[in-house]
Amino acid sequence: MNLPFIKKFSTKALIILISSELAAVVTGPPGNGDTPWVGFHDSITQKASFFGLFVTGRWALFYAIGIISYLAVHFFKKLNSNNSAMDSLRSQYSSVAKNKYFKLAAVLVIGVLAILLPTVITDPFWREAMVSQIAVFVLLALGLNVVVGFAGLLDLGFVAFYAVGAYATAWCTGALPMPPIFGSHVNPFFAIPIAIILAMVAGVILGIPTLRLRGDYLAIVTLGFGEIITLFANNLTGITGGAQGTKQVPHFSLHIGPLKYIWGLDPVPYYYLVIGFVILFIFIFYSLEHSRVGRAWTAIREDEVAAESLGINPLKYKVMAFAIGAASAGFAGVMTAAQSNFLTPATFTLALSINILVLVIFGGMGSIFGVVFGAIVIQTITMYLIHTPPAGYQPPDLYIYIGALLVIMMIFRPGGLFPARRRQRADVATSSLENSNG
Amino acid sequence: MHGFLSYLNAHFHALRLEFWGLFIGGIGSGIIYAMVAIGYTMVYGVLRLINFAHSEIFMTGAFAGYFTLNYLIGSSSPTGFSSILLIIVGILAGGITGSFFAVVLERVAYRPLRIRKAPKIAYLISAIGASYFLLNLAAKEFGRIGRGIAQPYQNHTVFTIFGAPVEMYNIIIFVAAGIMLIIVDRLVSKTKLGRSIRSVAQDSETASLMGVDIDRTIAMTFVIGGFLGGAAGFLYALNVGVLYSMGFTPALKAFTAAVLGGIGNLRGAVIGGLILGVTESFTVVFFSGAYTDVVAFAILVLVLMFRPTGILGELIGRSA
Repeated sequence: MNLPFIKKFSTKALIILISSELAAVVTGPPGNGDTPWVGFHDSITQKASFFGLFVTGRWALFYAIGIISYLAVHFFKKLNSNNSAMDSLRSQYSSVAKNKYFKLAAVLVIGVLAILLPTVITDPFWREAMVSQIAVFVLLALGLNVVVGFAGLLDLGFVAFYAVGAYATAWCTGALPMPPIFGSHVNPFFAIPIAIILAMVAGVILGIPTLRLRGDYLAIVTLGFGEIITLFANNLTGITGGAQGTKQVPHFSLHIGPLKYIWGLDPVPYYYLVIGFVILFIFIFYSLEHSRVGRAWTAIREDEVAAESLGINPLKYKVMAFAIGAASAGFAGVMTAAQSNFLTPATFTLALSINILVLVIFGGMGSIFGVVFGAIVIQTITMYLIHTPPAGYQPPDLYIYIGALLVIMMIFRPGGLFPARRRQRADVATSSLENSNG
Repeated sequence: MHGFLSYLNAHFHALRLEFWGLFIGGIGSGIIYAMVAIGYTMVYGVLRLINFAHSEIFMTGAFAGYFTLNYLIGSSSPTGFSSILLIIVGILAGGITGSFFAVVLERVAYRPLRIRKAPKIAYLISAIGASYFLLNLAAKEFGRIGRGIAQPYQNHTVFTIFGAPVEMYNIIIFVAAGIMLIIVDRLVSKTKLGRSIRSVAQDSETASLMGVDIDRTIAMTFVIGGFLGGAAGFLYALNVGVLYSMGFTPALKAFTAAVLGGIGNLRGAVIGGLILGVTESFTVVFFSGAYTDVVAFAILVLVLMFRPTGILGELIGRSA
C-alpha cells in the first residue's frame, strides 16, 4: 500500500467534505439566536432531492456535488496542462481575439444586442432591474476599476462618491431641505456636471491626505470614510433630509427647440440614456488606460519607488485616479437619483461598496471588458435571487456569497475571469519584489 | 466668536463636572480596544498586513460567550464564587472560539496567498471577503436582532472616585483584561514562542534560515491575537449584548488604537487603546452620540497624516 497517497487522498476528501458542508449550511434554512445549532443542523440533515432522481440528506447531496465538481475541475486542469490540441486551440483563439476586425465586430454585436435587449425583456421587474441594478452598477464598476484595477488602490468606501453624486442631484433639483442653487425643479441634466464635479472634489479631498499612505491604511481609511458619509446623510437632517430621505427628484427631460421629451416611469428610455453614457465612459477609460496617464498608473501599481525614480509623481496620479473613478460614481448617482426619484441614506451602505468591489474582482481588475461582464453577470444573478428566491434565502444572505466569492477569487483566480493583459505580465515580477522588502 | 467661546466654556464646564465618570467609562472601553488592537498589531508584525477580518473574530468570540453563558446560567442569578467562575468560562469560550476562527482564517484566506507570494492588495480583498462571509453567516444563523447576554454577576457600584461610581462591570473588565495583557506581554518577551514571533516580525527569511518554523509561528500569532480578540468580544458583550454586526465599530477603533500606539508595537497598542477610549469618552460632552465614531476616525486620519509611526514607534521585534 502507498501510504503517502492515502494520506493525501484523505486530506483532499476531508477538505471537500468540510467545504461542501459549509456550502450546505450557507444555502440551507436560517437559524435563530435562541437555539444556535438549529440552522446548522437543519441545513445538513434536511432531505433534498437530486434533480428529482433520488432523495437524500443535504449533507450527502452536497458532498456528492463537491466531489463531482472537484473531479471535474481536476480533469479540466489535466486536460489543460498536457494537451497539445487544447494549446493550439487556445493560441488560435487568442490570435483571433487579438485581431482588430474581430474586436470591432464583437463590439458591434454586443452593441446591437444591448440596443435590442428591451424588445426581448418585457417583464417589468427585469426592465426596472436592467437600469437601476445592472446598467448603473456597470457604471459604478467601471469607476472602481480605475481606482482598484488601473491604479491598484483598494477603495472600500467607493459608495461615498455615489452618494455624493446622488445627493448633489437631489440638491440641484430642489429635493433637499437645503435650498438649491438654481431654483427648484431643475432638469437633472443640469445636475450632471455639478454632481460629477462635487464627486471629483470629494475624491480629491479624501485622496490628498490618504493617498500618501500605504495600501492597507488607505483601505481602512476609505472604509471609515464610506461609513461617515452615511452617518452624515443620516444625521444632518437639515441638509440631507436625514433618515427619512429626500423629497421627490424630477425625471430627466429634454427641451431643445421643437424637440420635447420627458423620461418618465418607463425604464426603457432610461436604459438607452444610461447605455449611452456607459459607452461614453468605456471610451474615456479605454483611452485613458492606453494614454500616458494609464501607463503612469500601471507603473505606480507595479512599483511605486521605481515609478517615482522615473519622474512620475505618485500622489498626483493616484489622486487623479481617485477623482476620475469618483466622477463615474457621481454620474451613476445622478442616474439613480433621477430614475428612482427618491434617496435615503440606507441605499449607500458599506455593503454596497463591497458589492461593487466584487463586480470588479470577478470580471478582472483592470480589464474593462471583464469588469463590464462581471457587473452584468453578478448583478443579473443577484436580481434573479431577488425575483425568484430559493427556499430559505433572504436578500441580505447575498453578502455571504459575495464574501465567499471574494476569497475564492483571490485564492484560485486573482486576476478575475478576464485578466487584464498588462497585469498578467507583471504579476511574477512584483510579487517577488513585494516579498523581499516585507 | 463670543457665542462659540461661551459654547466651549459651557461644555468644558460640563467636562469638569463629569470628568471622572467619563474617565472611568473611557478606560473601560479603552482596555477592550487595547485587547483587539493587540490582534491587529501582532498580525501586522509577522505578516505586514492588516487583518481586516479581526472584527469578525471579535464577533464570534462574543457569540460563543453569549451561548455558553445563556446555557450555563439559564434563569438563575449567580453570585459570589460562581460569578467569577462563569466569567472565566465565558472568557475561555470567547477566546478559544476567537483563536479557532483566527487560525481557520489564516489557513483559508491568507496562507494560499502567502504561498503564491501574492501582492498585498490580494490579502486585503481576501480578508474583507472572509469578514463579510462570517458577518453575514452569523446574521443568517443567529438572527439579525441584538440580544442581551445572561448576566453572570450582579452589577452594582463598588466604590466611587471623586464622586464618580465605579461599577462591578468596570472592575471585571479591568482585572480580566489586565491579566490577559500582562500574560501576552510576558509571552512575547520571555518565552521561546515569543522569541520566534519577534524574529519572524524582524526578518522572516533570516528567521526561517535559523530554524524558526514560519507557518507555525504565524499560526500561533493568530491564536494569541484571536484569543484576545474573542475574549474582548465577550467582555464587550457583557455590557451591550451581541449582534452580528457588533464587530465593525470596535474593530475600527481598535485599529486606530494600534496605529496610535505604533503598529506592530504591543505596549503601544495598549497605550493607544486607553488614550483612544478616554479621548472618545470625553468628546461625548462636545458632540452628540452619533458623531463619536467620527472622532475616532478623525484621530486615525490625523495620526496617519502627521505621525504614521504612532506614539511609541513601529515594530514588534525591536521594542517589545
